[in-house]
Amino acid sequence: MRIALFATCLGDTLFPEAVKSTAVLLARLGHDVVFPPQQTCCGQMHVNTGYQREPVPLVRNFAEQFGDPSIEAVVMPSGSCAGSVRHQHEIVADRYGDAALRAGVATVKTKTYELSEFLVDVLDATDVGAYFPHRVTYHPTCHSLRMLRVGEKPLRLLRAVEGIDLVELPEADACCGFGGTFAVKNAATSSAMLRDKMDHIAGTGAKVCTAGDSSCLMHIGGGLSRIKSGTRTLHLAQILASTRTAPHALTEAAR
Amino acid sequence: MPAVPPRSPYGTGHLRGERTFPEAAHDELGNEQLRRNLGRATHSIRAKRLDVTGELPDWEQLRDAGSAIKTDTMNRLPGLLEQLERKVTEHGGTVHWARDGVEANEIVTRLVRRTGSDEVLKVKSMATQEIGLNEHLASQGIAALETDLAELIVQLADDRPSHILVPAIHRNRDEIREIFLRRIPGVDPALGAAPAELAAAARAYLREKFMTAEVAVSGANFGIAETGTLSVVESEGNGRMCLTLPETLITVMGIEKVLPRFQDLEVFLQLLPRSSTGERMNPYTSLWTGVTPGDGPQEFHLVLLDNGRTAALADTIGREALNCIRCSACLNVCPVYERTGGHAYGSTYPGPIGAVLTPQLAGMHAAKDDPNSSLPYASSLCGACFDACPVKIDIPSLLVELRHQHTEQSKTTAEKLAMTAAAAVMKRPKLFTAAQRTAGLGRVLAGRDGTFSRLPPPFQGWSDSRDTPAPPPQSFRSWFASADGAATMRAAAEEGARHTDDDPQEAQ
Ligand code: SF4
Repeated sequence: MRIALFATCLGDTLFPEAVKSTAVLLARLGHDVVFPPQQTCCGQMHVNTGYQREPVPLVRNFAEQFGDPSIEAVVMPSGSCAGSVRHQHEIVADRYGDAALRAGVATVKTKTYELSEFLVDVLDATDVGAYFPHRVTYHPTCHSLRMLRVGEKPLRLLRAVEGIDLVELPEADACCGFGGTFAVKNAATSSAMLRDKMDHIAGTGAKVCTAGDSSCLMHIGGGLSRIKSGTRTLHLAQILASTRTAPHALTEAAR
Repeated sequence: MPAVPPRSPYGTGHLRGERTFPEAAHDELGNEQLRRNLGRATHSIRAKRLDVTGELPDWEQLRDAGSAIKTDTMNRLPGLLEQLERKVTEHGGTVHWARDGVEANEIVTRLVRRTGSDEVLKVKSMATQEIGLNEHLASQGIAALETDLAELIVQLADDRPSHILVPAIHRNRDEIREIFLRRIPGVDPALGAAPAELAAAARAYLREKFMTAEVAVSGANFGIAETGTLSVVESEGNGRMCLTLPETLITVMGIEKVLPRFQDLEVFLQLLPRSSTGERMNPYTSLWTGVTPGDGPQEFHLVLLDNGRTAALADTIGREALNCIRCSACLNVCPVYERTGGHAYGSTYPGPIGAVLTPQLAGMHAAKDDPNSSLPYASSLCGACFDACPVKIDIPSLLVELRHQHTEQSKTTAEKLAMTAAAAVMKRPKLFTAAQRTAGLGRVLAGRDGTFSRLPPPFQGWSDSRDTPAPPPQSFRSWFASADGAATMRAAAEEGARHTDDDPQEAQ
């Protein structure tokens, strides 16, 4: 299948390892992975902060870059960006776009997937041949959970990882407190939410907390780093891309 | 374009706090006792709600039905209200229309005066909280006594409610005991803190009032257009006492509370208690239609309150918020409410629905720093409220819509400039790539561990409790375009090909 990768602005700039892992994983599964180089950002931050006029060119660019009919699927390692493409691009296009934009948005929307959805629903793959011998806990990010309804899909993928010690996170579906600019505008409330999330993570004794969104992981990871917790964050794609022949650096270090 | 209907007037009632949400929340967050009380209470109600909604096989269909009935109601609200007025009048009641809180307060005051009484009993009513009726009556020399136990606690403590359904959720038993000892005349000094003892003390105090009061003011959960029937749903029976014992009953009802048919109660009397207290059925449901000679109040007045509701109705996207049945499920699942409590929202309506409804009813005033304009941002958009709402109000989308309305109304701000600038960079891939490179250079500013521990305004709040990673030297796009990237992708593809040969089922 010809898959276009959407790196997301945050993944591309700050968390390239998560995107690399996504690319490598999809290639390993036998697919033709392309990266439309003119892509930038889905505009989610704008819309969620209250700006719908400003991201019009971003929505247009997204529809143009991924509208190519030879692209069979657009895959991204982010539940919230997939949610933005599927739910918010239409709102923006309806309000401030023209007919062409509305049509473009409607077309791209139907072939846009978050990574775990794509693996499980489209490729019907739950065992992706990964190897990751560590204690891991999984945080289901809010947009994956409630906008995309990915449900158990990421967990099914994780359970199939060889060597993994997957432990349940208490109150897993509670928000970590990120929420984009919420964490800046309501920093104190956000910190209180983060503190509880970190306590729950600590309680699992996991070495790694994983999730399907780099943004939430940046928040949780930033908190864990500040309190010098021994637990680190890794994107789900990084665990799934780790194999016996090409193990994740964490595994190599443990050897 | 027709003029937008008026909002609730600035400065009356309780639809606007004194401080913005982040400021007010900051103080509440420091109150450990409050957070413990709230955490315990919301967790237990949440669990109960999940149990009792989970046991109904048609729960989702009930939610759909509730949502559909409400949407239909809003679509033909004027006609339904006129029908309600007709039916109430036919049954011997009198209907009054109040454009806003000021008018409603005046109407109620006039009606109470006419009875010659200077005391009224209240059964918990959000509408009268919203318009500040008790304060207004007090200023006119009329004492209003709350009879709902939690509301009474709040009133005796000179406090404000912090939850739609459990107004004293932020208080624990010991605090309540203290309040009773201080404020209930003649209370037994040996009063204990057990719930039954506390309830008994309140009961003895209220009983006396019930027997003597001549006027009661109630709210309404539902008003049935088809029959002119009003309804109040409650737990303690004190409401029923108010509704039946006094000579005169005055009900203040927000116009969105109307339902078309009597049969619609079937849906809402299932949705409401299960969503709010996690009970299969609330202990008391009172229904009354006009007056019945020789039985119950002989005079009945219905005050229909707008106070910004028509303005909300005129907003094609925001009108969905009027579907709310005030069950408080969204508050109980909200992680923000759980940390800050209800006072931080500054309104009679706290929590997720409050963050939507309050600015809609009272507006986000053009003046800078109107506390109401901070409410749409008081959410991480986690969506738990949407999942919990029995009438499926898409609160996160409404919050995003209100944020949009706010930024459209506000003049140029630093944030707006930053957003415009960010969009300008991100719409031009070349500029974006260049910006990524500059960001990569930011590494030199990061600490030795490759993170930033202090960020400049407006990000200092973020960096108070989180480290921020410095951008790695190479972005994904430059890696993908590099020889290294190409080689890695080739190797992965080759491994994939081997893999596919081994097991053609696995990957296609
Ligand atoms: S918005 Fe929904 S969940 Fe919240 S109080 Fe209203 S009806 Fe209940």
